[in-house]
Amino acid sequence: MRLTIKSEELRDDLIKRVEDLSRQGLLECYQCGKCSAGCPVVNEMDIIPSEVIRLLQIGQLDEALNSKTIWVCASCLQCASRCPKGVEFSNICDALRQMVLRKRLSIPRVDADEVSAIMVSDAPQMGVVGALRKLNG
Amino acid sequence: MEERIGVFVCHCGSNIAGVVDVKRVAEELGKYPGVAYSTDYTYMCSDPGQTMVKEAIKEHNLSGVIVAACSPTLHEATFRRAGRAAGVNPYQVEIANIREQCSWVHQSDKEAATEKAIKIIKTMVEKARLDEALDPIAVPMTHKALVVGGGIAGIQAALDIANAGYETILVEKGPSIGGHMAQLSETFPTLDCSQCIMTPKMVEVAQHPRVKMMTYSEIEDVSGYVGNFKVKIRKKAAYLDRDICNGCGLCMEKCPAKTPSEFDEGLADRKAIYTPFPQAVPNKPVLDREHCLYFTNDGKCGVCKKICPVQCVDYEQEDEIIEDEVGAIVVATGYDLYPIENLGEYGGGKYPDVITSLQFERMLSASGPTEGEVKRPSDGKVPETVVFLTCCGSRDPEAHMPYCSKVCCMYLTKHAMLYKHKVHDGQAYVFYIDVRTAGKGYEEFYTRAAEEDDVLYLRGKVSKIFQEDGKVVVWGADTLSGKKVEIEADMAVLGLATVPNAAARELANMLKIHTDEWGFLAEAHPKLRPVESLAPGFYLAGAAQGPKDIPEAVAQASGAASKVAHLFAEEEYHREPIIAWIDEDTCAGCRVCVSVCPYDAAEFDDEKGIAVIKEAICEGCGACIAACPSASAQQRNLTDEQVYRMVSAALEG
Ligand SMILES: Cc1cc2nc3c(=O)[nH]c(=O)nc-3n(C[C@H](O)[C@H](O)[C@H](O)COP(=O)(O)OP(=O)(O)OC[C@H]3O[C@@H](n4cnc5c(N)ncnc54)[C@H](O)[C@@H]3O)c2cc1C
Ligand code: SF4
Ligand code: SF4
Repeated sequence: MRLTIKSEELRDDLIKRVEDLSRQGLLECYQCGKCSAGCPVVNEMDIIPSEVIRLLQIGQLDEALNSKTIWVCASCLQCASRCPKGVEFSNICDALRQMVLRKRLSIPRVDADEVSAIMVSDAPQMGVVGALRKLNG
Repeated sequence: MEERIGVFVCHCGSNIAGVVDVKRVAEELGKYPGVAYSTDYTYMCSDPGQTMVKEAIKEHNLSGVIVAACSPTLHEATFRRAGRAAGVNPYQVEIANIREQCSWVHQSDKEAATEKAIKIIKTMVEKARLDEALDPIAVPMTHKALVVGGGIAGIQAALDIANAGYETILVEKGPSIGGHMAQLSETFPTLDCSQCIMTPKMVEVAQHPRVKMMTYSEIEDVSGYVGNFKVKIRKKAAYLDRDICNGCGLCMEKCPAKTPSEFDEGLADRKAIYTPFPQAVPNKPVLDREHCLYFTNDGKCGVCKKICPVQCVDYEQEDEIIEDEVGAIVVATGYDLYPIENLGEYGGGKYPDVITSLQFERMLSASGPTEGEVKRPSDGKVPETVVFLTCCGSRDPEAHMPYCSKVCCMYLTKHAMLYKHKVHDGQAYVFYIDVRTAGKGYEEFYTRAAEEDDVLYLRGKVSKIFQEDGKVVVWGADTLSGKKVEIEADMAVLGLATVPNAAARELANMLKIHTDEWGFLAEAHPKLRPVESLAPGFYLAGAAQGPKDIPEAVAQASGAASKVAHLFAEEEYHREPIIAWIDEDTCAGCRVCVSVCPYDAAEFDDEKGIAVIKEAICEGCGACIAACPSASAQQRNLTDEQVYRMVSAALEG
């Protein structure tokens, strides 16, 4: 399939919304791939982090929103701490998740009261915090 | 006198010593007849190494020196200087090459390599035995330079040479100096206006008391040699006396004949009598006979002649040949763009809205055909989407040029940026393979385009462009997302490859200087002698030597000028004395040498009835020596006797 790039859609309101929510300039990323290279959970992702940013740069928001990647991201901030251009991919993931969740409220959320004690003691802390953050957008 | 030769064997770190048994070599040579001293050392060319040579010369009263080391092109001069400092004539210091011609090529057989090194050194000892003490030959020199090409490189070179105190002739083939820089709008990475930084320099060179500027002129012939060139310059007929013309411009206004302007890259017309642009230097027209109605239509026009208030138009004018003498020549003939027609898959030369980068420069220029407004050629509409293509004809070894043209990444970034500054809601795209921004402030410039002007860089080469519904549709790829992409654009700008000026190869042939396979002028050494030609007396400046931006062209021009000043700093020119001479007692006057010498250095002396060699001209090529039937022609320090002894030493044992 050939993708037709339309100038008026490149920087449309929704793409700008990603920038607002994440407080990241998408065009600052120069596609070096360092975020993807260092990401500890990249093997579980369907689209690598730098490519998610690329999709946003060329106006392909839907493809980014539909990716598994944004849910796999553990918010460990490895990408953010290593990016030579100061782009925080983790924040971009946050923004994309928020956009999905705000649109689709039917997605089951995690209720903090229902999280079992076992889960709290056994699961890595980051995982619990991450689950709460992601699923309570 | 028994000769006392010193042998110094260099290890070159492990380059030589790792293969050749240097200790044994030094020991063997110590026993060879005529060798008074023999030793080895890790790095002979280092300061301690050279000191060792100098001290040994004094201590052992040496009459000749052999340094067994790398190729003489590297360090012959070094060791000759060291020899001279210690009292040995430089031409009695010889290099035996045991690295390139021995250790590097025989790494697998150390024993044989050691034997070979010994033989190589012995042959040089045999040569050194008969080496004469020589002095460089002093020849008179004309302290005046010729600069060919009046672009920014030629202008800078002429100014620097003139400011160093020497007369300079600046020859430009077009009607005005300025070259391509005069066509540019604003310049990366600072965006200063090209005309504003260029025109003051053009005026300065034109008014310089030591510069003779000759526009609308070409080199007809060059003969002679460094320090003593004779040049013939063809001053093309302008069909008006440019010395009388006051530049009022009435003729250009009234001339009825039009033709596409070269300066405006065909985006506007000029008259048959014209200056290429309003700020031309000199600001005096020339008449282009090919498009003039007087010449093409049987004398039926003559408007310019009638209107000229100072009556300088002269239809009978003819080309004039001007002869002069110069000591050095700087070649700064610049570049052209690769022909757009060669890019058929992009519709180059076929679609009006697929244009060249220089056309886009003219469009951006405030004094250009659109007065700085971006308008597409087909219908004059302001384009809302513009696609810029890098590497059009560059980095394409299959179909076009294999090299990187170096400036297009930067000027297309500039184009995309300036386009956005003029068309705020427009969108610029740049297709690229890599964005090459190696220069001071260049990466920052590119970052600005991508981040502040929202220029979208797409990583991939465009495969085709076609016209559809008043658009130019661009098919490319974005390899970063793995997608094939299509953009319906209003205009496409091709970053065409830089190629040498069309006439440059012809000129290089006339000057007998080397070019590379693409026609760019070849430098004497790619790293250490980048502003000189291998042919003595010729210097290179600007894009004629390879793709370059303005700062680099200017730097190279100043480098070439300083080399000229360096040459001119001496009253006379000193040449290598390794040339031919004729034995007057045996020469039979057969004149074979006169007929074979490619430099016309062998001459027949009618009075003596024998041949003589002109020392100032002989290049020491050896043609006459091989041809002379009575062996009367001999090379200094490479006589038949020396060669015979060297061969014998090599064949011995
Ligand atoms: C579209 C475009 C945009 C650019 N933008 C920039 C920029 O923003 N910043 C930057 O730094 N660089 C830029 N450049 C590069 C810049 O144009 C060159 O670096 C510069 O012009 C090289 O100068 P030059 O004197 O070597 O050659 P030229 O400018 O080509 O000058 C050579 C001169 O020699 C004359 N000549 C040729 N042959 C003969 C002969 N046989 N006898 C007599 N005269 C002869 C020619 O007529 C010409 O006047 C750009 C290039 C292009 C194509
Ligand atoms: S590390 Fe930064 S610049 Fe590099 S690809 Fe990731 S976000 Fe882009
Ligand atoms: S400078 Fe850039 S566009 Fe030009 S040939 Fe080199 S890589 Fe290609």
